[in-house]
Amino acid sequence: MRWVWIDRFTAFEPGKSATATKCLSHAEDHFAEHFPGFPVMPAPLILEGLAQTGGILVGEVNQFREKVVLAKIPFAKFTGEAMAGEQLTYKTDILDLKKEGAVVRGTVHCGTRLIAEAEIFFAHLDHSRSAQVFGDQNFVFSGELQHLLGLAKLAAAKTPELPAAAG
Amino acid sequence: MTLDEIFPRVKTQLVDALGADEDDVKLTSRLQADLNAESIDFLDIVFRLEREFGLKIDRNELFPESIFQGDPKLIQNGVLTADGLDELRTKMPYADIAKFEKNPKFELIGDLFTVELITKYIQSKLNQKV
Repeated sequence: MRWVWIDRFTAFEPGKSATATKCLSHAEDHFAEHFPGFPVMPAPLILEGLAQTGGILVGEVNQFREKVVLAKIPFAKFTGEAMAGEQLTYKTDILDLKKEGAVVRGTVHCGTRLIAEAEIFFAHLDHSRSAQVFGDQNFVFSGELQHLLGLAKLAAAKTPELPAAAG
Repeated sequence: MTLDEIFPRVKTQLVDALGADEDDVKLTSRLQADLNAESIDFLDIVFRLEREFGLKIDRNELFPESIFQGDPKLIQNGVLTADGLDELRTKMPYADIAKFEKNPKFELIGDLFTVELITKYIQSKLNQKV
């Protein structure tokens, strides 16, 4: 399975905010064991989708030249569950953005229900340091995640606003 | 602004950044040894203090990382020399060096990073702003 936990961006304001959606399919492996007979999305994966949305938002500011790593989640609260067949909406806003890192606040809705909110701290690694730690591969901004953003930009170029996902 | 006025605001930020109990955050608390701060927490704390007090904070000024660079004039056999202590006083003017200098082992420098150090630093910055 590919490590992509968002399906598409539906809104993107560079340096400020991003919204992405994720449709949950019963075919996803995690539903088989979490839990048998009661398929709900594991909370860490919900958080991963939010972090991918926020990470792309932060990385785009410098056109993905710097490596951005999820350094810390100072706060996360889960208030509901998401089941197969439902759609998640990830909304993220940049609270702080500096040379050394960025702070993003986000919410996750399942349909209209708020099911999670979190604050995520991203650190910028300079190139020499990140090469030491992670090698040349930029695992945060894999080609697939950037591709999703590219698709969103294309959609935005064709229409005055990014189309809101049905849900 | 007095230290008594600044401290509760610093405390709130440390509780949020470190997930610490309010009762555990005292002026004398050491960030690492008492409040379990890790390296990334120092950056988080700087960001939070900037937002809370509307200040621009140089991370290396508040939490200097590499003061000695292995210079034998400043540090020998893991212990700070007189020159090393002077350097520390210059680089960390808000730290309580008096206690540290009785046993100036390099490995104990982390104990200088206390809640009081942050509070005094913020007070100094706010005074400069005025």
